[in-house]
Amino acid sequence: MPDAKVLKERPGPMRLVDATQYKLPPAALVSILHRISGLIIALLLPFVIWLFDKSLTSEISFDEFRGAFLAGIGFVPAFVVKLATLVLVWAFLHHFCAGVRHLYMDITHNTTKEVGRSTALATLVVSLVLTVALGAKLFGLY
Amino acid sequence: MAQVNYGTKRVVVGAHYGVRDWLVQRVTAALMAAFTLVVLVAVLLPGEMDYYRWARLFGHEWMKMLTFSVIVAIVWHAWVGIRDVLMDYVKPIGARLVLQVLTIVWLVSCAGWALQVLWRI
Repeated sequence: MPDAKVLKERPGPMRLVDATQYKLPPAALVSILHRISGLIIALLLPFVIWLFDKSLTSEISFDEFRGAFLAGIGFVPAFVVKLATLVLVWAFLHHFCAGVRHLYMDITHNTTKEVGRSTALATLVVSLVLTVALGAKLFGLY
Repeated sequence: MAQVNYGTKRVVVGAHYGVRDWLVQRVTAALMAAFTLVVLVAVLLPGEMDYYRWARLFGHEWMKMLTFSVIVAIVWHAWVGIRDVLMDYVKPIGARLVLQVLTIVWLVSCAGWALQVLWRI
């Protein structure tokens, strides 16, 4: 029988709001962002297929595809098209890098706390730097 | 006498979709990564990427087969991932079932549209 005096008072069941109180380590941040980026891609699939459709169907639709980024399409301004693309680019890059990290861990079994931390930081940095670089290109900064 | 529970006598329990989904998630990911590299190389090759070059890339029979496989891979990968998320966060069984059905309808519809585009080329 455990001594009743050493038993601490339990805080009760954890609620979702309690999760916001934690400072997430990089690996946990990569993990939740992996889920969020996956959901974003799934929700933006019609946008991706629309781009695929417009860019491939004909020369005329290809010009519409180009125009969507230059002058907008219908009631949607070009800025919104570019912003949606930027969100998609980040989601793809993060999901891709986090996925490669998973495959790396599966293949090498290199799963110490330190390696997990450094690969998580690399995932965050690589996806953000590439997003900024491609975003600058997308918005015509260079 | 103790029951033998190892080797060929091991009592196997469970539905076994855990390891299958785990493997599916990795195989489909590798396929999508390969597709990404092919498109990336095609886009980064020197010269202006106009409609004809873009359409010619997807006109190759091997590229159509690869793209077809990737469309299937995306839908399967997304289904495994979203199902995991729903099982983790949506506990009421009715709400979970509705969301799972909506997910399937969403993904199958997207795949249908993407395949129509692919066959038109």
